[in-house]
Amino acid sequence: MSLSTPRKRADKEDPLAESDVTLEALHPPELRHHFDTPEQQLESSLLGMWIFLLTEVMFFGGMFGGYTVYRNLYPDAFASTSQFMNVTLGGINTAVLICSSLTMAMAVHSAQLGKNKALILFLVLTLILGCVFLDIKFVEYHEKWVDHHIPGPNFQYADARYFHQAQILFFLYFAMTGLHALHMIVGAGLITTLIVMAARRRFSAQWYTPVEMIGLYWHFVDIIWIFLFPLLYLIGHTK
Amino acid sequence: MNITFEQPKIKESPNYLNIQYGWQSWLFTTDHKRIALLYLFSITAFFMIGGAFAVGMRLNLTSPHGLLFSPETYNKLFTMHGIIMIFFFLIPSIPAVLGNFLIPLMIGARDLAFPRINLLAGICIIGGVVAVAAVASGGVDTGWTFYAPFSTTYSNTHVIMTAVAVFVAGFSSILTGLNFIVTIHKMRAPGMTWFRLPLFVWSHYATSIIQVLGTPVVAITIVLLGLERLFHAGIFDPKLGGDPILFQHLFWFYSHPAVYIMILPGMGVISELITCFSHKAVFGYGFVAFSSVAIAILSFLVWGHHLFVSGQSMYAGMLFSLLSFMVAVPSAIKVFNWTATMYRGSISYDTPMLYAFGFIGLFTIGGLTGLFLATVAIDVLVTDTYFVLAHFHYTMVGGMVMAYLGGIHFWFPKITGRMYPEGWARFAALVVFVGFNLTFFPQFILGYLGMPRRYATYAPEFQSLNVLSSAGASILGVGYLIPMIYLAWAWNRGPRAPQNPWNAKGLEWEKSPSPPPTFNFDEMPVVTENAYNYGDESVHAAEARG
Repeated sequence: MSLSTPRKRADKEDPLAESDVTLEALHPPELRHHFDTPEQQLESSLLGMWIFLLTEVMFFGGMFGGYTVYRNLYPDAFASTSQFMNVTLGGINTAVLICSSLTMAMAVHSAQLGKNKALILFLVLTLILGCVFLDIKFVEYHEKWVDHHIPGPNFQYADARYFHQAQILFFLYFAMTGLHALHMIVGAGLITTLIVMAARRRFSAQWYTPVEMIGLYWHFVDIIWIFLFPLLYLIGHTK
Repeated sequence: MNITFEQPKIKESPNYLNIQYGWQSWLFTTDHKRIALLYLFSITAFFMIGGAFAVGMRLNLTSPHGLLFSPETYNKLFTMHGIIMIFFFLIPSIPAVLGNFLIPLMIGARDLAFPRINLLAGICIIGGVVAVAAVASGGVDTGWTFYAPFSTTYSNTHVIMTAVAVFVAGFSSILTGLNFIVTIHKMRAPGMTWFRLPLFVWSHYATSIIQVLGTPVVAITIVLLGLERLFHAGIFDPKLGGDPILFQHLFWFYSHPAVYIMILPGMGVISELITCFSHKAVFGYGFVAFSSVAIAILSFLVWGHHLFVSGQSMYAGMLFSLLSFMVAVPSAIKVFNWTATMYRGSISYDTPMLYAFGFIGLFTIGGLTGLFLATVAIDVLVTDTYFVLAHFHYTMVGGMVMAYLGGIHFWFPKITGRMYPEGWARFAALVVFVGFNLTFFPQFILGYLGMPRRYATYAPEFQSLNVLSSAGASILGVGYLIPMIYLAWAWNRGPRAPQNPWNAKGLEWEKSPSPPPTFNFDEMPVVTENAYNYGDESVHAAEARG
């Protein structure tokens, strides 16, 4: 609560007095002018990130809602499509992502302790694992392309009864995994930025907010995949 | 002349307007007050564009056969009127202009929590430029609701371009809501407890919840719409096994809550106006505050009342009908409490208060006719008629635009440091009220008699009421033009405003000069009293309770 953090430096707001040495000592360079304390800034950033993730839940939620509707309308057709999903590659990718979440958590932990080398190492590992995931995803998409499973005029499906229904499933498959992959690409870009910042020694045990925030984002993207994998790959394997 | 030249000009104290000049200092500013002004000018432009489409429609409807335009052009007119007015005027109007400007001032902060994200949101409104480009290159004719499969398969107009524009505007809305929530949680001044917040802030908090939870759903719906239009996989096309009702569910899951994005901030403005010009604390602060939150929560449970005739199950219809009635309760609490606030207050009839009176009357009519429409049996009768049209224009135009104008007048001295001409302003408020009722009341009758909306032509017996409505629209248009002229004049030439011209309560009036400095307060405020402490007994009683 901001109430519990009294404005100790209410007399030091003047932005024109930046050259003031005592002010700089009191006012860490990462603390932006409109915040009173670093704690207030950190809390605000984290709350903002959580709310952003909430909007992401609603964003993916619309597609999960559509998936639920069609899964209920066409259960047999949806089950029949899973034979064309590469469970091995999907499974490997799930493992890769879980590992990347671990390395990301280690990166945040290193940042908290101010261990800059470990931070860079774990961020690089996370980035590599993320790229492995995207690589495998690309291989899977290529398989779909070869098999004419891309929705649209060239779509083909082995079981003629389920042609339209399967097309809808593949549409949802590409929309959901595609948007997930887009989030992975954005995440990879953000981690690259973090690596550059860490190499320039921007982070310390006192200030590592971006690491923590992008960490949250990365875990969220992983969790989305944890839901996508069983819904899209494993539905026909229950029998 | 030499003497005046040698005299030092009356030096303005440094404020957010005169501290920097040049277009870069505006376009790349992170000052919430400057960003608010960027919004003000963009949405005024969009309002005029959207208004021009309305003028076109009303002109066309003076004749039963369509006076000017082909039916195809008419379809584009009402579509672009809806899209521009809803996504680029009403949704950003009060939150992005007044909310942006006032929330940090009201809670005693130097800025919003994320100034750069605020700038990004401000730039996102450029999405509107894409929409205008879509108009310029031929328009779009799906209606603002983009119903599938017409929008995905059959329409030959610029659907994807318009969808991109709406998507980008949606980002602006999400980021604004996120920023407000964090700001209200984390940036309040010492002593500014939740129950000392002005009701304007409460209503924006409720609005932000809707923006954050609802807008992403319409964003993904628009993405699916665009993908479907590109690939024709049939996700919303019944011919290919898709479900068009799913589109309507997804669309209204956002777009019904969105109508509360378009009214809750207005209610916040009215709460401020009523209490200031009654010189009395608002009656039942807690009820008014929580009714905003209740509206935000209930707003997510009523979208199905747009689908009574779309083929959703009868039982779902009954449930949605019941839930829709429940929204009336918190809305009515607000109206009763505003009225009770005025009771035995010493009311002054300044322009903002005139708009507040207009709001209460028109919103009540709009709200009560909403109950007609929440009743399944009546809704089936008047679905897609002018009755629906009149209902939501009473809430959106009679409600939100009235509140917006009232708010702009009320805070004009704070925003610009100048006073507007009171006589002209009262006259314009009257013109708007008369013009509005003349435009939209006949539409209730037309709808009840069965005239369907979205048609370029109509049966000849409806002509007299349609001409009356068009005549009213011209008066309303003049009513909107007058404030634009005198406010622009007053911004440059109006008399200087004192810090608190209305003797209002609130940090923005009591602690911050007009116009405010860049960091809002010369000395950071500490709050020691409840909101609206106008010195009457109700406040003392509340303070005694703690």
